[in-house]
Amino acid sequence: MTSPILSVQNLHTSFRTDDGWTEVLRDISFDISARETLAVVGESGSGKSVTALSVMGLHPRQSVRHSGRIEFLGRNLLELPEDRMRAIRGNEIAMIFQEPMTSLNPVLPIGAQLVEAIRLHRDISRDDARREAVQLLEKVRIPAAASRLSDYPHNYSGGMRQRVMIAMALACQPRLLIADEPTTALDVTIQAQIIDLIKTLQDEEGMGVMFITHDMGVVAEVADRTLVMLRGDVVECDRTTRVFRQPGSNYTRSLLAAVPRLGSMAGRPRPAYFPTIDPETGQAGPDAQTAPPPAAPRPVLEVQNLSTRFDVRKGMLGRLVGRVHAVENVSFSLNAGETLSIVGESGCGKSTTGRSILGLAAPTRGRILLDGAELTGTSRAEMKRQRQNLQMIFQDPFASLNPRIRIGESIAEPMIVNGIAGRAEARDRVAALLAEVGLSPDMMNRFPHEFSGGQRQRICIARALSVQPKVIVADEAVSALDVSVKAQVVNLMLRLQERLGLAYLFISHDMAVVERVSHRVAVMFLGEIVEIGPRAAIFANPQHPYTRRLLAAVPIPDPERRGSKRRLPELEIRSPLRPPGHIPPPRSYRECAPGHLVMEPSEDWALLGAA
Amino acid sequence: MIKYILQRLLATVPVVVIVALIVFSLLFLTPGDPAAVMAGDQATPEQIAQIRESLGLDQPFLPRLLSWFGAVLQGDLGTSIFTGQPVTKMILERIGPTFSLMLVTLVFAVIVAVPVGVIAAYRHNTLLDNAIMAAAVLGFSVPVFVLGYLLAWLLASNAQLLPVQGYRPLSDGVGPWLRHLVLPVLTVSGVYIALIARITRTTMLEVLSQDYIRTARAKGASERAVLFVHALRNASVQVVTVVGLGVALLIGGAVVTETVFSIPGLGRLTVDAILQRDYPVIQGIILLFSFVYVLVNLLVDLSYVLFDPRIRY
Amino acid sequence: MTPMQKTGPDAALSAAPASKRLRPGRFLRRWPALSLGLVLLALACVMAVFAPLLATHDPQALDATQRLKPPSAEAWFGTDMMGRDVYSRVIYGARVSLVVGFGVAVLATAAGMAIGLVAGFSRLLDSIIMRIMDGLMAIPSILLAIAFMAMLGSSVVNVIVAVTISEIPRVARLVRSTVLSLREQTYVEAAITSGASTLRIIWRHILPNAMPPVLVQATYICASAMVIEAILSFIGAGTPPDIPSWGNIMTEGRALWQVKPHIVAFPAVVLSLTVLAVNLVGDGLRDMLDPRRKS
Repeated sequence: MTSPILSVQNLHTSFRTDDGWTEVLRDISFDISARETLAVVGESGSGKSVTALSVMGLHPRQSVRHSGRIEFLGRNLLELPEDRMRAIRGNEIAMIFQEPMTSLNPVLPIGAQLVEAIRLHRDISRDDARREAVQLLEKVRIPAAASRLSDYPHNYSGGMRQRVMIAMALACQPRLLIADEPTTALDVTIQAQIIDLIKTLQDEEGMGVMFITHDMGVVAEVADRTLVMLRGDVVECDRTTRVFRQPGSNYTRSLLAAVPRLGSMAGRPRPAYFPTIDPETGQAGPDAQTAPPPAAPRPVLEVQNLSTRFDVRKGMLGRLVGRVHAVENVSFSLNAGETLSIVGESGCGKSTTGRSILGLAAPTRGRILLDGAELTGTSRAEMKRQRQNLQMIFQDPFASLNPRIRIGESIAEPMIVNGIAGRAEARDRVAALLAEVGLSPDMMNRFPHEFSGGQRQRICIARALSVQPKVIVADEAVSALDVSVKAQVVNLMLRLQERLGLAYLFISHDMAVVERVSHRVAVMFLGEIVEIGPRAAIFANPQHPYTRRLLAAVPIPDPERRGSKRRLPELEIRSPLRPPGHIPPPRSYRECAPGHLVMEPSEDWALLGAA
Repeated sequence: MIKYILQRLLATVPVVVIVALIVFSLLFLTPGDPAAVMAGDQATPEQIAQIRESLGLDQPFLPRLLSWFGAVLQGDLGTSIFTGQPVTKMILERIGPTFSLMLVTLVFAVIVAVPVGVIAAYRHNTLLDNAIMAAAVLGFSVPVFVLGYLLAWLLASNAQLLPVQGYRPLSDGVGPWLRHLVLPVLTVSGVYIALIARITRTTMLEVLSQDYIRTARAKGASERAVLFVHALRNASVQVVTVVGLGVALLIGGAVVTETVFSIPGLGRLTVDAILQRDYPVIQGIILLFSFVYVLVNLLVDLSYVLFDPRIRY
Repeated sequence: MTPMQKTGPDAALSAAPASKRLRPGRFLRRWPALSLGLVLLALACVMAVFAPLLATHDPQALDATQRLKPPSAEAWFGTDMMGRDVYSRVIYGARVSLVVGFGVAVLATAAGMAIGLVAGFSRLLDSIIMRIMDGLMAIPSILLAIAFMAMLGSSVVNVIVAVTISEIPRVARLVRSTVLSLREQTYVEAAITSGASTLRIIWRHILPNAMPPVLVQATYICASAMVIEAILSFIGAGTPPDIPSWGNIMTEGRALWQVKPHIVAFPAVVLSLTVLAVNLVGDGLRDMLDPRRKS
């Protein structure tokens, strides 16, 4: 073992607040050696990003206080004056961030930003720097690099921007690279490519990497050693294989238990509860399948040939220049007590499908049948009555509650507007609903900001349940939640489904969660369903190349299986924007097993690198 | 880019038409009979009727609007009730001092306010920032003519440093021209500087909290580079927008300040016209100023392409 | 709930009890500028309401023997060209300024909100309304007010009408853009999916959340209206000369300001302080209601 590049010893960090100093990091110690990757994991508020910014010296100096040592190649960074620190930043220690869309300066060309990164620390001419910038872009696999220097960030896709960020970080061959959730904002297939890239470049340059993430799957893929943080403390720090095999604390164990693992459902046809572990006691919960849904004479929700297109207009006269075929000819059915998941990457139309069913987006054509009756309804009142059976839970629990209304009133609103209950009756119902979703009834007079993210999502579930719907559309309903909270909310949804016979349309990009919660799965690509069938069949025997690609990209939270996955061919998803007169080609589906349909081969197959 | 310019130009046309419509309607609805005023106290009803007819005042709204429109398009803003002179000629005679005042104020205010706003944002929540912001809110609160008297009293009456009255055209030499402009410019720029400094600070604060600023710092860029290369360019669209919108304050300020310092410009002409109820003159001046205002903001819109590459569509 | 769910930035928020914010000492320390503004504004209101008690003379009483006297024990702020007591006139002047300021703020905000809501919810009316607003906004507001005053003739009510009309477009624009962004909020979509009517959505979800920026805008309009009233009066197109307003008092002192500065100086100071007070309240409200400051 060589001596470490970075050695953090007993780091304490405090922030200035209105009420004096608040300690946000306590007694943090870790080392990173050359060529080594240390993963820093933890849920929101654990202090992992604060640690990284402390190493970089990027906290505003007047509102932060440190004690301890941050030793980098023999220098204590905490004692360096700002100008010496600046000579290290971007030169010997480089950093990439979570949000590639906003981390590049929108008004400067990519080339100028790369040249700046090079010339800040190296005494070379502008022309030489430009030549190096081209080489850097080639290094991060940006095609036609030389011609893209004068492009602005808005000409690049998210994945491409993160590549540019990496190129910029590598400009001065840093000894240490800090990557703060570099793949969190990216689609899963892009994420896999970026992780591959960082690993390859680490080998080439011999850097140490500090990789901050909340995703245990990513940890297992990249990290030699792992540091687990909780509310500003180090919970444990050990070799990654050891952390996964023999976690040293109940917290780590609970975190790992809550991580959905692709493949863990093999042989089990129905959804199963997450085997949660109590972080304090280490007690494990059951890992049981849910009961089979009741037999139903007909589907509770049927969607037939649904298409939703958005016109793209430009100019003063609103000339039609194109149409986004967000949803194209989508058909499926959903039974009571059943979960159908719609999966796909951003822009594939899965959210628009849900919104079209709820009436938040206007479908261009197609039929939506609820209990066999068409949703378009005969009269306004009739339609309102029908729609009660269809409720929605949104992705962002912070945004889906009106900040100025007490949560009790928010939960009661659907009952009141639908005339189901009077004020007093609604109050009793709200109390029962809060208890049902695991909250205390006396919380009904509080405002949304007094709750955590997981609690707010429970409130939203209670609101959706208040009118006793038959179908709930859950649009990325657990995607924004921390992993342990996510497991709890999923378990709540499964329990409610069992008890109330709810049907879920579960829209998600997270294949591992989908595997756990679904009876059936539909895979969407560019607005169309390319494959639909029983969950077990889709995951065990994916037919469409896009489904395979999606599954292959999911990181596996098992460090011992690292490297067993095949590399994905590089590909950026195209957009479903089409010229105004575009007529979608007719599609046909092949039934490869009972209920398992896959779209017949088309020109997309070649593009997807079908094997 | 040419497409963008054409689009902005076209978008301006309806605004100009609506402004003209509003200005015309206002004066059309004005009670009182301009013909009676023009004819004087001793006029017979027949004389008044004759004047009314010759001016087309007996026509209904639409024909009058159309003929007025046609005249305006040819640069004819009508005739003054009070002096009998063409309004266009009266305005042209007075335009020099006002535009000198506005132009010098604009340049001066931008030069002062932008760096002040940047410094306040950079020194956010320090004594300096608080002092600058206190000065700015004071600048907003002191009405322009109060500031005028205050400055005149401080710099001219007591210290006899500067002329308090009048105006010298540029043809008299740059020195006298500027000397006579110092006090009025300082007066009008007070609120304008406050406005620009505030928006610069607010926008800079917003920009400085963006991810790409953190990226620039993580690269090791100096604070100066962060402020002036990365942040100010991103803030400039908003700053330039407010500079353009603030021209309304400049116009209002000029009208009042010319009265305080006896400058023979359009502002003075406006005040005289109000006192004499000389409607065609008021109408002409409002139309001219509004046109200038629309033009300035059109230029502001067009300048966006210099600051933000995303706008070139 | 497990303690883990208490992590994250929202945990800190729920920890601060709401009652702590209301103590006066804490309020003063936290919002010094807002406190100063409120105190100054309260003083101005006292002046306006209790003008008959505070004034030492009849503000209109002419006295040819007491013309252009400097400030003294008898006439605290001196007298003007017609021998009227400047102090008493300044006290009464508060009435005009505050009535115009508050009147315009209330009327322009109410009208602007109505127009902005309609524009934000009706695509058809939106383009028509906003073109008219663009046109009104293209005329500098002082000039628009002057034009209206020329049309309506001078009176306090007309000043309020004229300034209100020239301020409406700004409110309407603000409300429209706020409504358009609020309509995209998830909690509004949640209300739509739960079957709430458009009227209910406006009343329960849009209006309460649109209020903070509108309230702040209303204070700035109040300040701006006071200044415009003074300017209109100063150039002879505002409050009629027989009603004492701060602008009018200054107009009367205009010709003599170099020799008898007191006539201009006192109303100038009081006017500036009052406008300052309203602006400070506006800035304070803006900071207080800024959602970003809550985190």
